Amino acid sequence: MSKSALLKSSLAKKYWMALTGLFLCTFLVGHLLGNLQLAFDAGEDGRKAFNEYAYFMAHNPMIKILSYLTYISILFHTIDGILLTIKNKKSRPIGYAKNNANANSSSSSRNMALLGSLILIFIVTHMANFWYKAKISSESFPLHIIKIDVKDQMGQSQNIDLYHTKTSPIPKTDDIVVKNKTELYDKMANVKIAEGYKDLHSLVFAFFGQDKSKYGFPKNEQALFYTLFYVLSMCVLCFHLWHGFASAFQTVGVNHSSYNTIIKSTGKLFAILIPLGFAIIPLMIFLNQI
Amino acid sequence: MKLTLKIWRQKGPEEKGKIVTYPIDNIDGDMSFLEMMDVLNVELVKKGESPVAFDHDCREGICGSCSMYIDGEAHGPDRGVTTCQLHMRKFKDGDTIYIEPWRAKAFPIIKDLVVDRSSFDRIMNAGGYISVNTSGNTIDANATPIPKEDADKAFEAATCIGCGACVASCKNASAMLFVSAKVSQLALLPQGQVEAKDRVLKMVEAMDEEGFGNCTNTGACEVECPKGISLENIARMNREYLKAMVKK
Ligand code: HEM
Ligand code: SF4
Ligand code: FES
Repeated sequence: MSKSALLKSSLAKKYWMALTGLFLCTFLVGHLLGNLQLAFDAGEDGRKAFNEYAYFMAHNPMIKILSYLTYISILFHTIDGILLTIKNKKSRPIGYAKNNANANSSSSSRNMALLGSLILIFIVTHMANFWYKAKISSESFPLHIIKIDVKDQMGQSQNIDLYHTKTSPIPKTDDIVVKNKTELYDKMANVKIAEGYKDLHSLVFAFFGQDKSKYGFPKNEQALFYTLFYVLSMCVLCFHLWHGFASAFQTVGVNHSSYNTIIKSTGKLFAILIPLGFAIIPLMIFLNQI
Repeated sequence: MKLTLKIWRQKGPEEKGKIVTYPIDNIDGDMSFLEMMDVLNVELVKKGESPVAFDHDCREGICGSCSMYIDGEAHGPDRGVTTCQLHMRKFKDGDTIYIEPWRAKAFPIIKDLVVDRSSFDRIMNAGGYISVNTSGNTIDANATPIPKEDADKAFEAATCIGCGACVASCKNASAMLFVSAKVSQLALLPQGQVEAKDRVLKMVEAMDEEGFGNCTNTGACEVECPKGISLENIARMNREYLKAMVKK
């Protein structure tokens, strides 16, 4: 019985819901801390730091494991959430003609499935816009180019573009070709000479409205749309966590009058600060360009 | 007081029901809600109509049978009371009051406001008991010392009257508050330890089989429970279940 109970019983489903939910909360903290760099340094230094950070994240085996755990958690949390919601709906086939639910419960707590589905739509859109473009799509991806001024023998200043690479910068010339998005090859010898950095920083800034010229997209209205979409999605996340954070502790059996207040207030603080931190990024980028 | 009642009428388990409107007059604020229903039923009988069927027994808040979903809340708008303890002074002259049966797949309607709550009995049968030696040398329960805090918590859990208001109020029609009260009252006491692991696994299994929903911790049950059974019991049951699952 215990084996099937681990997956099938209503309580076991709820443990998984809570554990995956809490794991996703820790993911949110990490993801936010990394991305907040975007909000605070729009300049060349920030671009460098962020692209190097992104490279590190994409190549560290520990991070890889964590990212797979995150995908699995989202999948599990979603499937489990849907199964629980279907069972819950079936448990009351006929509803009340008059139901005063506000008298006994919060609306976030009653709408976790709706809020979760909206978050899922956000996650899919977000992945399509960044993760897919950077990792999966067969299209080439803009690399981090360092622009420098050098003076030639005549004392004339000259613009030179360099690929920012893992080793040392390499001049962007016709002799260098890019393969597999980031690999820099010597055209003649056909040997790989360096690994370039993806310019994710500029992608984000272009996406939310800055440096339009660079990629020719998106148009301003698109940037406005996405900024609003991101901010609204973070409000949705706020409501999901407003109930979810403390609820997960209750589910795994952590409930005692001596620390309930701490869990509840931490949950509300978490529900406000984390989505707020995420929302600031597109807002600052979008507003800076106006 | 003059009131308009909107009551769910359903002739039998398989019949289609509907909300029927009844005006009623001369209701005193000191009447209980059930007494108001009695007044209505007397009028209906006098007119040759069938009276509204509803469950009731003790009329003092201990049997848990008076299930009515009144104006969108189990046992009405008052806190910590059953329908029989609800006074008409909670309402104003001219109010319209909805009166509906508990709504849950596991509580099928028998007639009008009467529902079949035997699913609760079957959950109890699955594990809500302890083994006691009754061979003539039964041990006096008071001979076993129990910490005061545990005894108090067990007693609080044991005040559950099985009314089903928790299920009725829960948006998922979940029976977690009821089952957790029953699991807790035994799990907290030494006498309950023999079957502790089996009990929680079997009662949860029975609860799932009866078609109750899953808890999403909305807390509606705790607010509407006439006995103030705490969500702490649900957390305790979740711990007990986890322990039982790991150890089995
Ligand atoms: C970053 C993303 C997310 C985080 C951090 C998160 C976090 C949480 C947490 C902590 C809970 C409380 C668990 C409990 O009460 O035991 C929860 C519940 C829930 N989540 Fe999410 N969630 C996320 C995304 C989603 C998605 C994509 C869905 C899918 C549709 C979803 C659907 C639900 C549902 C239906 C519940 C209520 C389940 C219940 O209480 O039984 N969530 N979430
Ligand atoms: S827990 Fe409260 S609401 Fe639920 S059956 Fe027991 S007394 Fe009634
Ligand atoms: S009739 Fe017994 S509790 Fe109301």
